[in-house]
Amino acid sequence: MSASGSIGGTARREPHTPDSTIGRKPDYLHAESTLRSWFLATDHKRIAILYLASITGFFVIGALAAGVVRLALIVPDGAIMTNDTYNKAFTIHGVVMVWFFLIPSIPATFGNFLIPLMIGARDLAFPKLNLTSWYIFMTGALFTLVAVVLGGVDTGWTFYAPLSTAFSNTWVLPALIGVTIVGFSSILTGLNFVVTIHTMRAPGMTWFKLPIFVWTHYATSLIFLLATPVITTALILLIAERGFHIGVFDPAYGGDPVLFQHLFWFYSHPAVYIMVLPGMGVISEIVPAFAQKKLFGYRFVAYASIGLASVTFFVWGHHMFINGQSDLASLVFSALSFAVAVPSAVKVYNWTATIHKGSLRLDTPMLYAMGYIGLFVLGGLTGLYLATLAINQHIHATYFVVAHFHYIMVGGTVLAFLGGLHFWWPKFTGRMYSEPWGRVSALLIFIGFNVTFFPQFILGYLGMPRRYATYPPEFQLLNVLSSAGATILAAGYLFPMLYLVYSLWFGRKAPANPWNAKGLEWETSSPPPTHNFLSPPEVPRIPYDYPIQAQEARDQHG
Amino acid sequence: MTPTHESLQLWPAAVSATASETDLLILAFTVLTLLLTVPVFVAITYFAVRYREGSEADRSPSGIRSNLIEISWMLIPFLLTLIFFVWGAKLFIQSRNPPPDAMVVEAIGRQWMWKFQHPTGQSEINNLHLPIGQPIRMRIISQDVIHALYLPAVRLQVAALPDRYTDLWFKADKVGTYHLYCSEYCGTDHSVMGGEVTFMNPGDYQDWLTHAGAQQGKVAAGRALYEAYGCAGCHDPGSAVKAPSLAGLYGSQVKLADGRTVTADDGWLREKILNPNGDRLAAGYKQVMPSFAGRIPADELGTLIDFLRAYPTAKAADATPAGATR
Repeated sequence: MSASGSIGGTARREPHTPDSTIGRKPDYLHAESTLRSWFLATDHKRIAILYLASITGFFVIGALAAGVVRLALIVPDGAIMTNDTYNKAFTIHGVVMVWFFLIPSIPATFGNFLIPLMIGARDLAFPKLNLTSWYIFMTGALFTLVAVVLGGVDTGWTFYAPLSTAFSNTWVLPALIGVTIVGFSSILTGLNFVVTIHTMRAPGMTWFKLPIFVWTHYATSLIFLLATPVITTALILLIAERGFHIGVFDPAYGGDPVLFQHLFWFYSHPAVYIMVLPGMGVISEIVPAFAQKKLFGYRFVAYASIGLASVTFFVWGHHMFINGQSDLASLVFSALSFAVAVPSAVKVYNWTATIHKGSLRLDTPMLYAMGYIGLFVLGGLTGLYLATLAINQHIHATYFVVAHFHYIMVGGTVLAFLGGLHFWWPKFTGRMYSEPWGRVSALLIFIGFNVTFFPQFILGYLGMPRRYATYPPEFQLLNVLSSAGATILAAGYLFPMLYLVYSLWFGRKAPANPWNAKGLEWETSSPPPTHNFLSPPEVPRIPYDYPIQAQEARDQHG
Repeated sequence: MTPTHESLQLWPAAVSATASETDLLILAFTVLTLLLTVPVFVAITYFAVRYREGSEADRSPSGIRSNLIEISWMLIPFLLTLIFFVWGAKLFIQSRNPPPDAMVVEAIGRQWMWKFQHPTGQSEINNLHLPIGQPIRMRIISQDVIHALYLPAVRLQVAALPDRYTDLWFKADKVGTYHLYCSEYCGTDHSVMGGEVTFMNPGDYQDWLTHAGAQQGKVAAGRALYEAYGCAGCHDPGSAVKAPSLAGLYGSQVKLADGRTVTADDGWLREKILNPNGDRLAAGYKQVMPSFAGRIPADELGTLIDFLRAYPTAKAADATPAGATR
């Protein structure tokens, strides 16, 4: 760090700044410290921190609801709580985790913070729109929290009509309004990212020099823009039906309940990739950095991101094989779903090949990345079980599905989120976290996760339906095991919250590039100055310009 | 017979050819999954050790043409999994096309019970008795929200939609009693909307049909309704909600909140079920019961009241009639 930093110290502020420090602008965290400077921030980095704080809050709410669910399922007869309480708990868990944690998690925090840094820009294209997105997000969240505080919702996060429109006696309307509003936040964030990536790249930063993180966020933004309006429409129709008895989905008013499922999954399947793609971006940054080796098959991985974002729009019907959709439609959707395996396999095998002959350091981010690869592979392949028509007829709506999507969303997105959080923590905060605590927590989460969710694959195949407040006694042992795993998982989540916060004040000061990683975000100080770069960054010759290069680099660039 | 209640079961019972084929399919798929994942897991672990920072491992470029390797790991797993698409699709088509001689059994779902009607007219609630060796086609519909009929023993389920029929066919070839579930989340008592399916020899099935009236009786049918409409959830002893026990209620004198006393007769019970918020409130209880007006058809209301009349003491209430499971 600069000499002036060690002499004067950043903590001591003099009313009249001496000349010697005039050139050294304070970083984005210390530029201003009023509440107003945070809540009216237009700096993408500060907005990212606002999102990080908010989604962490929602993660805690969602996790507590999950804890209630796992508590209830320790006994088969529902003796711990009423069926209604259980139903509300899993609904809150689903709604909060999907819409208020998973979907904004990586894009709104890391994407917001890092995209401008990675492409060498001063900010996003529309800084005020970015702040607006956060306010829209919080407004939607407020409605949903009001629904929870007033007494909860019991429709499941899927809001299937006519249960949600005509039969549920819970606070469905505020929850629907909240989720509808949050959609606009996603759309605006997606718009901001697309325009930024198209127009604000530093000179020399061509498309095929972009980090995969930027590629995956570009792909995610396209899904935000193209899919979110559909769920917004569907939710508004639900609100119209529940609030004003305008018949769209309820047969009692001449509607079609399967239509809602089509509209819902037209968004909610691509939404899986809103959750998964940014995580793949994170892993594609971590793996090369900790192998000190160029990402294997860069172009294939980049194209695979766009491929996933495209294919994902054509597979929604695989959620509806048993829901009254025509058999022909089911056959087509099943076949198309297998195509998702192609770009997914590209990612996994390329990460593995990147590790091959690398120079590996197994620090916390890398442990998360390796855990991610393992769990994502299992989650992805069990998705193919579900896409297989005859198997789906048995395991649809059982715990097999629950296990499958938790492998993708927790094993995938949450591990990538935590990996990324540790990887870029020094950049975000200027502090290093405790490495031993980081590794122990990563291990706890990996073990806790598998103990929680692996038994659920078995429960599903044995035929235990999901969303059951009570269940046959022969399933108790596996459920108790699952709940036990959830406590380990909870401990694993709790530790990072403690040691990361601790590091904000007591952590070692971070250098600009603690991991010796490549990418423009590591070229600037930690934390970065308000406008990201003090001098225009130099774009490297090739992306992932690590010391160890595979044969491929020579093929393409030699 | 009741379903096995072993503490740890590792494979569900399969009673039809389709079920066994589905099992074979999933086992084969699991073998493929292991073939595709174990190498990745082993490779990652091995590389993590061998190529750890500072190790002496050879890091010279391997010289593998990357395009070739990319194409191969894109296509080989994809083509291998396509085998399972075709296999699964064949089995699916077979299970979607019932033979013309299938016996049609009606299934009606509603919050929160299943009503089944046999071709000969007998009906049952939540439990289902069927013959083996005979193709059965369930014709399914819902009266309210979306439900789904799930029979794990034949590895099949299908949604019960409120606006159209769906169907499900199978041919069981093993006698036994297995779970029957609702598998589409449908509200409060989703998890208790179900019972057991009993597959019987055709002769036993005929006997069952003949004696269905006697076995089922109005009282047993009423007990099933009492469970299905969720009455038991609050009114059974030991339930979480403090609601008056209904055992021995019929014909007794009930003290009302306004000091009057009323005889618990058919008329009062009917009123309490359909309009619990009326002015004839029992003393000592808060009014929390939802109205069942418009939810219980008149014939079922009669059956329910017959059950309450035959529900003399709390002790008798614990003796759940055969077939009425939760």
